[in-house]
Amino acid sequence: MFEIREKILLAPQIWKINVYAPHIGSAYKPGNFVIVLPHEQGERIPLTVFEADKESITIVFQEIGKSTKYLGKLNVGDRIPDIMGPTGHPFPNENFGHVVLVGGGVGAATAVPLAKHLHSNGNHVTAILGARNKELVLFEKELGDFCNEVIVTTDDGSYGRKGVVTVPLHELLERNRIDMVLAIGPAVMMKAVAETTKPFNVKTMVSLNSIMVCGTGMCGACRVGYGDKTVLTCIEGPELDGHKVDWDTLLARLKMYKDEEAMSLSLFEKED
Amino acid sequence: MALKDRVPMQEQNPEIRITNFDEVALGYTEEEALIEASRCLQCPNPTCINGCPVNIDIKTFIGLLQKEKFTEGYYKIKEKNNFPAMTGRVCPQESQCEASCVLAKTGKPIAIGRLERFLADREMYKPQSQAVAKANHIPIACVGTGPSSLAAAADMAKKGYEVHLFEALHLPGGVLSYGIPEFRLPKKIVNHEIMLLTDLGVFLHTDVIVGKTYTLDQLLHEFRSVFLGTGAGAPVLLNIPGENLNGIYTANEFLIRVNLMRAYRFPEFDTPIKKGKNVVVVGAGNVAMDSARTARRLGANVTIVYRRSRTEMPARAEEIHHAEEEGIEMKLLTNPLAFNGKNGWVESVEVISMELGAPDERGRRRPVPIKGSNYIIPCDEVITAIGTTPNPILKYSVPNLEVTEHGNIVVDDHCQTNIPNVFAGGDIVTGAATVIEALGAGKKASLFMDKAINGEIIS
Repeated sequence: MFEIREKILLAPQIWKINVYAPHIGSAYKPGNFVIVLPHEQGERIPLTVFEADKESITIVFQEIGKSTKYLGKLNVGDRIPDIMGPTGHPFPNENFGHVVLVGGGVGAATAVPLAKHLHSNGNHVTAILGARNKELVLFEKELGDFCNEVIVTTDDGSYGRKGVVTVPLHELLERNRIDMVLAIGPAVMMKAVAETTKPFNVKTMVSLNSIMVCGTGMCGACRVGYGDKTVLTCIEGPELDGHKVDWDTLLARLKMYKDEEAMSLSLFEKED
Repeated sequence: MALKDRVPMQEQNPEIRITNFDEVALGYTEEEALIEASRCLQCPNPTCINGCPVNIDIKTFIGLLQKEKFTEGYYKIKEKNNFPAMTGRVCPQESQCEASCVLAKTGKPIAIGRLERFLADREMYKPQSQAVAKANHIPIACVGTGPSSLAAAADMAKKGYEVHLFEALHLPGGVLSYGIPEFRLPKKIVNHEIMLLTDLGVFLHTDVIVGKTYTLDQLLHEFRSVFLGTGAGAPVLLNIPGENLNGIYTANEFLIRVNLMRAYRFPEFDTPIKKGKNVVVVGAGNVAMDSARTARRLGANVTIVYRRSRTEMPARAEEIHHAEEEGIEMKLLTNPLAFNGKNGWVESVEVISMELGAPDERGRRRPVPIKGSNYIIPCDEVITAIGTTPNPILKYSVPNLEVTEHGNIVVDDHCQTNIPNVFAGGDIVTGAATVIEALGAGKKASLFMDKAINGEIIS
C-alpha cells in the first residue's frame, strides 16, 4: 500500500500528490511512468511521474474519468493499493543541441522532469506551454528554471499568446536551427506538432498516452503502428518518433472504450 | 476385478455454463473418488510416476485414498507438488501420468488428475502441517510468481531458506491468475494455494518489475541466489494489415482484462472489455480455446480460425471438446491475411484456405495457401492467440545475461545462467510449455540452488 503524504490542487480538477514509495522513487529516471490501481476493484492506469526522490514519487493527474476522479477524492494519509514502476524506456542522456519542448495541458507535468533532464545534459531548451485558459497554465515557473525561454499560449488568449502551440513552434522552426522537438500532451496536439515539424525534417519525439493495462509488455493494449511495424508503447516508449507514429489508428484506439468510460463515470457520480 | 471404465466427472451443462464463469468440471464426490481409486492395480513397479514431470508418488497416494486415508494421501502428493488443486485441474494428464498408466494399454487409465484434485479440494482448506527445515536465514529471490517460481520458492522455503518472491503485476500467480480462465481454474483456488506458500514464510512483493524497479545487480547484492522464472509472456503479433484496428485483442490482453481485472463483471469492476457479437479467434492452442470460450461467455458467436488441420491443433483434446460443446465453430486450414475496418473498428477478416504440403523440420505438414481461395469473414472482434515469447525487459536491463536469438535464457545442466548465482527455469528457458513442466523446472532449479549454496556445485 502506498500512502499519500501531500495533496495539492494545481488548477481546477488537476492534482499533485506525493506518495511514499522509496523503491520507485530511487529507481525513477526521466521518461519513466507508473501504473496505478486506485482501489481493489479498480483498473490499472498509466500516470506520469513529476518528481521523484529516495522516499517518494509525485504524480500529477487531471480528473477525467472514474479512476482519476476516485484518486482525486483520496486525502493525505489514504493509501493507494498498487503502484507499479517505474516502467517505460528512460529518455536518453544526450546533448542534442537546441530542443523545443512542447507541453500541452496536463502534459506540462511530464515536460518539467524532461526539461530538467535535457538541461542537465547541456541542451539549449525552448519551451512552448499550451493551455485552454490562464487558470490551466501549469508549471510555467518550474519550466523557466530549466529552459532558456518559455512561450505560453492559451486557446482563449487569457494569458500569453492567443492560439495553439503549433503557431509559435512554426515560427521557431522558420527562424532557428532546431535539433529536436519533444511534444507531450493530448494526442491531437502531438499529431499537430509532428505535422508541423515534418516539412522542416526536424527529429520529433512524442510522449504517447496509449491505453495500457499491464505496462510491462505482456498484453499489447498500448501497441501502435510505427513505421512499417507495430511497437508496444510501454516497452519501446513512451517517447517515440512522432513522424513514424500511425496517428489515425492511435486516435481511434484512444476512443475504444468511450462508452464504457462514460458509463463507469456516471455510475460513480451517482453513487456520490 | 478392475472396472474397465473410469468414473465420469460431473460437469456443468454446456447451455448453462456458457452463461457463467463458474467451473465447468465439478470434481468427484467422495464415493466417486473411492470407486475410481479402486481401479488402481497398485502395480509392483508403477510406470505412472515417471510420466509425472515432478514424479509424484502416485501409487502411494492412490493406495492411501483406497484406504480412505485422505489427509495422508494429500500430504503424499505435497511431498513432491505444492499445488495439487491447480495441477489436478490444468495438467494435460492424458499425455503425462495417465498416458503411462498400465491400464491405458487395455482400457481407460486411472483418472490420476481427478483424484489429485479430489484430495486437494478436500484437504487444502484445513490447517496445514507442512514439514519445514530449521530456518537458515539465507535470503534468496525468485523473480516471477508463475508456476516455476512458486515451485522453486516452495522447495527453498521447505529447506529453510528465507524466500522472497517478486511479481510485476498486482496479484501473484502468473498465467494461473491472468491466463487460465476462472471456469477452468477458479481464482480462489490459486489464491489459497499461494497463501499456503506465504504460510511457509515466503515473502511476496508485488508491483516490482525486476529490471526496472530493482536491477538484477541490486537483487544479487541482497540475496545469495536469484531464480528467474519470468515466463514467456510477450504476445506474438500476426504482422498483417489492419492489426491495430479497434476490436482486435491479443489473447493476453483479452484474458488479462477478463481474468486478472475481472472485466466480465464491469462496471462492478472498473476495467472494461468489448463484448463482440461475432468474434474470430486466431490460433488453436489452449490459449485460443480459453479465449474462445471466454468470448462465448461474454455472449458472442465465436469462430476459431486455424491454418492447419484438426490433428495438428496444439490444444488439449478435452478443451477442444468443451469448446465444441459450447457451440464454437472451427474453420480449419484457414489463415488470416488482413483485417478490414470502418471508422477505425474491425469489420471483417480476409482469410485464405490452406492445404497441407510436405512435412516441415518438426515433421508437421506445412500449410500451403490455395491460390484464389480468399474470402471474407465478417466480425466485430478478433482475438489473436498465435503464441508468446519471452518479455524483453530483463534482456534490455541485463545485457550480459546470455539469451538465445528468441530471447530464452540459456542455462547449463544445473539450471545456472552465465551470471554467477543466477538460476532460471520454466517458459523463460524452454519457451511456452505446460504448468507442470514449469513446476518441475522450478523444483529442479531449487535443488541445484541449494547444492550451489552449500558448495556442492561450483558455478
